[in-house]
Amino acid sequence: MTLAISLPQAGLRRYGSLLSPLAWVALAVAAAVVLLSLFAPVLAPYDPDYVDLNNVLAGPGAQHLLGTDALGRDLFSRLMHGGRTSLLGPTIVVIGSTVLGLLLGLVAGWSEGWLGKVLGRVFDLLFAFPALLMAMLAIALFGKGLFAPILAMTIAYVPYVARLAQSLVVAERSRPYVQAYRVLGFRTPWVVLGRVLPNLIPTVGAQSTLNFGYVLADLAALSFIGLGVQPPTSDWGAMIEESRGALLGGYILPAFWPALVVVLVVVAVNVIGEELSDRIGGKLS
Amino acid sequence: MAVMDQAQAPAPPQGPAGKGVKSRAARPAAYITKKVFALVATLFVASLAVFFSRFLVPGDPARFLLRGRSPKPEALEEITRQFGLDKPAWEQYLNWLGGILHGDWGRSLTYRQDVSDVLLGRLPTTLQLVALAAVFITVLGLFAGIVASLNKGFGDRFILITLTAAGAVPPFVAAIALVALFSVGLGWFPSFGSGDGGWDRIWHLTLPALALGITYIAMVARVTRSSMNEQLLREHVEVATSRGLTRGSVVARHVLRNALGPILTVSGVLVAGLLVSSAIIERTFGLSGIGQLLVQSIDRLDFAVVQAIVMVVVAAFVLVNTVVDLIQPLIDPRIAAGTESR
Repeated sequence: MTLAISLPQAGLRRYGSLLSPLAWVALAVAAAVVLLSLFAPVLAPYDPDYVDLNNVLAGPGAQHLLGTDALGRDLFSRLMHGGRTSLLGPTIVVIGSTVLGLLLGLVAGWSEGWLGKVLGRVFDLLFAFPALLMAMLAIALFGKGLFAPILAMTIAYVPYVARLAQSLVVAERSRPYVQAYRVLGFRTPWVVLGRVLPNLIPTVGAQSTLNFGYVLADLAALSFIGLGVQPPTSDWGAMIEESRGALLGGYILPAFWPALVVVLVVVAVNVIGEELSDRIGGKLS
Repeated sequence: MAVMDQAQAPAPPQGPAGKGVKSRAARPAAYITKKVFALVATLFVASLAVFFSRFLVPGDPARFLLRGRSPKPEALEEITRQFGLDKPAWEQYLNWLGGILHGDWGRSLTYRQDVSDVLLGRLPTTLQLVALAAVFITVLGLFAGIVASLNKGFGDRFILITLTAAGAVPPFVAAIALVALFSVGLGWFPSFGSGDGGWDRIWHLTLPALALGITYIAMVARVTRSSMNEQLLREHVEVATSRGLTRGSVVARHVLRNALGPILTVSGVLVAGLLVSSAIIERTFGLSGIGQLLVQSIDRLDFAVVQAIVMVVVAAFVLVNTVVDLIQPLIDPRIAAGTESR
């Protein structure tokens, strides 16, 4: 047993100043992917949907940096454009679930009465619905596309954030600084939102970073089985699905590139998330 | 052996003896009752959520249930009668719940069969797939975790990095990679179908099970490693070693046994995750199981089947979690006694 003495410091300072070299590499990879996707309309060498049947399944070369797919579409351009849908979904889900989870966690952690208990039960119940299952149920209700799974996964990831926030708030509540503010007569909303919330953000941020990777993988999987982003819109998961025929014919590259990008992004996000949580020293499940 | 160990062990510190004895007799029953009650309550609320999710869709429920099909008046009438749509919502729910408890899960619009028949026909493939994946997860996950924990330095680093990478590979990417390597490249395993019974079935299910399990192999290995590392530092392990027990028996009986708790805890999440991910894996490998059925039913707008499968997966998750909660005290009696302290 080590006795951890941590003083309530100002929020983001707890992240520390420097990341490890590995985390810097991960950050660089993530940043490169985000920038390439963001500026795809400007940077992409080809129209992602331009079919060139004279240039089918071309290998990597000067003309097509990563080669072409079974319809002669430029894989590099498709990857860049695919990043836009593939990254947008997880971003919305993570922001939504973090904001909702923080709010509900704050309420659940602060209220000592029945409200906290009821919210705790609701979080427990939500854990019984795996995110991917909830997304599929939502697609069955509202139809294919990105809207239904994004909505469902936002809800599915709320308890992961809220449970963590709740336990942190319970710990913070008994700290001297909170007692001091209360004794001095500061209003509860001011203490909770202005003084307690900033102390939660580093730990919750680390958890949300890890969530991003899971959401990205799940949404890509939905597109892969044809329930998410619909063709011809390029999406990493959908690109892998489109390339299955070529793969069985021995052409690995059209499936390899999107698979590599998905794994690279998830690894990068996980490395950053774990680095952050290690730094904070908080225990994440 | 266990009796001898207890005899040799130094007497435990005397607590408030009377209270301890009494509560030890009374608690298991209370503990089990509490867990079973929680199980029933969770299933009840989950059934509410699954049933009333349909009411989130605006518009005529009969037309929602018949999406993608020709809404002829007689079809609308038929669906209204079948789902009891003209009755109040609570009565519809009670009928649905009563039906589920009696094995009547409604009718599939696509298969024109009872949902329970459709499900039962698909269940064996999924169960075999999940069972094989569970075998891989247990064997490979425990093995990698134990090896990593017992080999400090390079071995540990190497396994840890491999695990981090493997844990980040989504099952569908793993499926594609395994097909590319072992089906297309080496030609060792088939990439499609579930084969005939016996060994052929296992041969066909090997790649799907590995793809399904890869995330959880990494997860179990990591939990095993950290849990064992935690135990290896504890005093009782040092004592056991100093008593002259061999390394193997110390690890098996004093480290691994105590490390099992956290590993068991993740198994509820694991089973639910396997069932859900099997939707993607079965689709990729063309296996006709529950997962494939779920995707097809979403595709063909067959809501009764979707509802039933969602309920089955949630029930499996809650059930496994309860079983784990009930088994844990057998491994670590402190949990039931409520005196667990680490």
